[in-house]
Amino acid sequence: MMITFILNNKKISTDLPSGMVTLDFIRRSERLVGTKESCREGDCGACLILVGEWDGKAVSYQSINSCLLPLAELHGKHVVTIEGLNNHGLSPIQQAIVDEGATQCGYCTPGIVISLTSFFCNQSHFDENQAIAALDGNICRCTGYQAIKRAASQLCRKLNSSVLSDTKKNHLKWLVDAQILPHYFLQIPEQLHKLSLANNEVATKNASEAIIVAGGTDLWVQKPTELYNANLMILSQRKDLKGIRIKQNSYYIGATTSIEEIKKSHIIHKFFPKINDYFKRIASTPIRHRATLGGNIVNASPIGDLTVFFLALETSITITDFPNKRKLALKDFFKAYKQVDKHNNELVEEISFPLPTQKTFFNFEKVSKRTHLDIASVNSAIQIVIDNDMIQQVHLSAGGVAPIPLYLSRTVNYLRGKKIHIDSIREATSIAQSEISPISDVRGSADYKRLLLRQLIYAHFITLFPERFNEGEVLR
Amino acid sequence: MKNIDTFLHVRGESQFVDDVVVPEGLLYAAVFSSPIACGKITRLSLAAAKEIDGIYDILTADDIPADNQIGNIIRDEPLLAESEVNFIGQPIALVVGHSAEVARMAMQAIEIEFEELPSIFDAREAYAQGQLIIPPRIVSLGEIEETWQKCDVIVEGQVESGGQEHLYLEMQGAFAYSTEMGGVKVITATQAPRDVQNRIAKVLGLALHHVEVDVLRLGGAFGGKEVQATTWAALVALAAFKLKKPVRLILRRDEDICMTGKRHPYSSDFKMGLAHDGKILAYEVTYYQNAGAFTDISPAVLDRTLLHSTNSYFVPNVKATGFCCRTNLPPNTAFRGFGTPQAMFVIESAIFKAAEKMGVEPSVIQKKNLLQENDEFPYSLKVKNSQARRCWEQAEQVYQLEQIRQDIQDFNSSHSFQKKGLALMPLCYGIAFSSAIFLCQASALLHIYSDDGSISVSTGAVEMGQGLNMKIRLVVSDIFSINVNRIKVESTNTTRVANASPTSASYSADLYGNATKLACLKLLTRIKEFAAKQLNTPHTKDIEIKNETLYLRGKPTELTWDKLISEAYLNRINLSAEGYYTTPNIHFDQSQYKGKPFAYHVFGTAIIEVTVDCLRGTYQINAVKLVHDFGKSLNPLIDRGQAEGAIVQGLGWMTLEELSYANNGRLTSGTLSTYKVPDIYFAPQEIQVHFLENSENPQGIFNSKAIGEPPFIYGIGVYFAIWQAMKAFRPDLQMRFSAPMTPEKVLLSLYDNHIQLMKEKKNGSL
Repeated sequence: MMITFILNNKKISTDLPSGMVTLDFIRRSERLVGTKESCREGDCGACLILVGEWDGKAVSYQSINSCLLPLAELHGKHVVTIEGLNNHGLSPIQQAIVDEGATQCGYCTPGIVISLTSFFCNQSHFDENQAIAALDGNICRCTGYQAIKRAASQLCRKLNSSVLSDTKKNHLKWLVDAQILPHYFLQIPEQLHKLSLANNEVATKNASEAIIVAGGTDLWVQKPTELYNANLMILSQRKDLKGIRIKQNSYYIGATTSIEEIKKSHIIHKFFPKINDYFKRIASTPIRHRATLGGNIVNASPIGDLTVFFLALETSITITDFPNKRKLALKDFFKAYKQVDKHNNELVEEISFPLPTQKTFFNFEKVSKRTHLDIASVNSAIQIVIDNDMIQQVHLSAGGVAPIPLYLSRTVNYLRGKKIHIDSIREATSIAQSEISPISDVRGSADYKRLLLRQLIYAHFITLFPERFNEGEVLR
Repeated sequence: MKNIDTFLHVRGESQFVDDVVVPEGLLYAAVFSSPIACGKITRLSLAAAKEIDGIYDILTADDIPADNQIGNIIRDEPLLAESEVNFIGQPIALVVGHSAEVARMAMQAIEIEFEELPSIFDAREAYAQGQLIIPPRIVSLGEIEETWQKCDVIVEGQVESGGQEHLYLEMQGAFAYSTEMGGVKVITATQAPRDVQNRIAKVLGLALHHVEVDVLRLGGAFGGKEVQATTWAALVALAAFKLKKPVRLILRRDEDICMTGKRHPYSSDFKMGLAHDGKILAYEVTYYQNAGAFTDISPAVLDRTLLHSTNSYFVPNVKATGFCCRTNLPPNTAFRGFGTPQAMFVIESAIFKAAEKMGVEPSVIQKKNLLQENDEFPYSLKVKNSQARRCWEQAEQVYQLEQIRQDIQDFNSSHSFQKKGLALMPLCYGIAFSSAIFLCQASALLHIYSDDGSISVSTGAVEMGQGLNMKIRLVVSDIFSINVNRIKVESTNTTRVANASPTSASYSADLYGNATKLACLKLLTRIKEFAAKQLNTPHTKDIEIKNETLYLRGKPTELTWDKLISEAYLNRINLSAEGYYTTPNIHFDQSQYKGKPFAYHVFGTAIIEVTVDCLRGTYQINAVKLVHDFGKSLNPLIDRGQAEGAIVQGLGWMTLEELSYANNGRLTSGTLSTYKVPDIYFAPQEIQVHFLENSENPQGIFNSKAIGEPPFIYGIGVYFAIWQAMKAFRPDLQMRFSAPMTPEKVLLSLYDNHIQLMKEKKNGSL
């Protein structure tokens, strides 16, 4: 089975294994060595590339870690490496990096150029803080980031005035005129359109024996060698598993919806106005482009951010084995460490949870060693329905404190019907201690995690009801 | 002026070792290393692994033709382990195959058995067991024992500082092929091409001229590719030499972190005596340096620790003792600062503890003791051209320190859980190779090409992101008054520049800048003499080159640079020159620990502001504001970048960067998902850099000062700023000195009483 795509300005067809990672293909097979290898786990951004996808109207580009991206995912796409962004002179992004001295050794720099290019491809108004946010997946060990921030800021100022005076053009045309993208990009939509007509999916040989790949951002960290020649079922080709909708007072989110799609969704923003603040602490922009809701749940990591988030929302999960479906509570899905209530031939299809009401309060907390692009030491989410100062309903979850993402049932049972008062919260933190069994590991000692959960339960209430607490009470 | 090297970086066109076009028939290598920290190898069988399809050969210590030894200062480090292993990750065999993947896969088929021996990971434990690599080193000044009784306040304490992974983005790697006459050529990423050449020659039993080492640039190094790059280069050289095939080895990130040494963890004891007014009268300190399994350059690192024991302060009575302790960690090595940050963290801790005891602002003690002209360092040198006070006072003024303090106080009284803290961090940093005086030499080779006047410069220095090549170009461009685009800095190659000292100690711009300057001056003299003859003037002083044009007595002539050079060539003028520079007037008596081991000192003061979330234990670094003594900066854009980068690395060392080990010595934070370095959000919201005005430095190239390492020191201030914020939340807290100050330590310290309760409750209920 051939995998066909456009690499920079060249059409490529390859029969290399679909589980080979894109980084190796572009560096070794194509000798495009501007893309750098560094960590091979999506934690540094040196290997970032742009992947463009035709949606029937236009091509949208996203920055992706090529070290975790199997070749199978490239089928029908436009793959852009740093070489594919080079014009005769420097692009404004490249020029700003040079001007501000935002590169020293140069090893992380192609990845930085890709991240910023992706940012300007996806926005029509350029906010400095958002440009910096687009660099949350890039590690630079030389510059201390200040010059990179200056470059981003300079670019936003300069390009904002240019994009404003050019509002009539479509964005792609503007990007080419502004020399952010080379001229050949104008032909890409048509070429991808043609590819999509000629195209059929990369077939999975035998579905029941296949390894199911959602975003693959953990799979290719854990077992890249095993996956190299494996039979893969690539879920991103199943468009029916993607999307966010509201139906009959419930949210429905498809399993292959990416974290970034949830973060940016207007539908989600409606009831979760702080979703951006919560989700920017989950992974990095390029990882969020790939990592999916379903993948996070099925991975069953005891510290999975999305899982903990949705556990507190009374979430149900729909599982299918084609064509039969079953539905169960997310909190009942996790059986033991990395064990879930799902057979090999079953697939998580979507999740659903009731819409919050006006009396519903929600908060998500995550503490990790580094605030961004790090795995939590402890994370926790809470949803409370308040009626007359009384906790009518409450759901509380925590990660990093048990072998599974934990729903704190006993604490919840205690809190239900209580008033929001420091005494009941204190008792709740104490009950929570009896429900958890954290272990000491690289994310923190067991003592720390116990203390942290206590603090995060306080943090939930202090964040949601700030007038009711003072530090003296928490310290006691 | 912009750094023109960076045009290549932003286009992804800069080549690193793994990017170099490779010849046909290339073989790939992977390193099989020890899974245990200490033991004897009782059985090693390669037969099964060699049978694997795609495996070409597997080399062990038995395949080394001459000397299995790569020790730098002391001959104690084998290239490949023989009968015993001393740390997890110590290379035992080199697997060579048709792909890196198959080589790594075959490692699983290597059969090995050990007799495990007890291992040590802690420096004090190694000391207690007599595991010292060298005899103790001591520096002293004044009469310490007699002084204690005169002190009004005495504080004592223990200080821990952790190791630090270099985390250069480009992994260690090398590529080698055999050359005619039985030699090898090695393309690698090292800060020390001469060391690599020396070790390979010894390992293979070759004359040095048969070993060529070439270095184009490094994707970051920070000291981690000074000594530690040698192993990988020597391994591929061995393979290329034995197998007569080109061989490449690039470590994977997890291998790199596991197998290479890091910044030395230190455990230290201090005792400081002060007068009522805050004057420091006596300071005694003992450093237990965790050197790892082999010597590497730990003694030199320890020297620098001792020489910087008193940071930017004058202390009349000092005794500093250093123990270089052998443990079963990978050999620890050079890392930006080279032992200096460890020393400075201890004396700052002592000052903060004294301030706590005396109930004064630490900055009162810091300021009172700053070095003044002719104050004496513990190694008996009198400080000249001290900018310590000027930097401090300017920082107070430029950044309005009193206003910052007031703002912090206001913030803290209006916030319950968010607390701000502030610390000042002064520095005084000696420049030159300190105890290794012989390294203070450099040469440069310069060619001017006759047909277009373009220039090629070779030096012994290595470009690793510090902008050295650009600085060399600026020196050449300034002396000849020509466009920088005419000047190319070549790769660092042992056949063009021999006997080069490593690119380290922040000293390469000075050393190689001066060597280049001398080469340029030789050529300029020749060219001017030639031009004078051509223009029929007896005085070369009438001749001047300005903006690529020859001027005669202040008036432009028709001779542009290209024409002039072309004419010179036709008239048989030698257009190549070598420049050789040695640092004047430095000396050091290792036995007495006295002398002038530095060419000059760099000074500065930083103000660090943080906000601690005292509910969650997390923190944000708001600002680092400094007045730094750059001398007369050669290139402010590059120098500012060096300062900002060093500061953030220093902040990382003090906060996030934590090396965790299992009980058996296995590193549990050996990946980027577990070892966290600063990212764009962790970096301070702002770093303000104020260049100290009117700081002349005749000892530096064009009056500039070294910049690579000193600003790393500012990062230390964040440790104390965090504690100050914590104390605003819990005034009864007593500072402890154990870096890095991770969010975990912050929270556990803030709620230590609660942790105690939790434990009692648990025990009580059992």
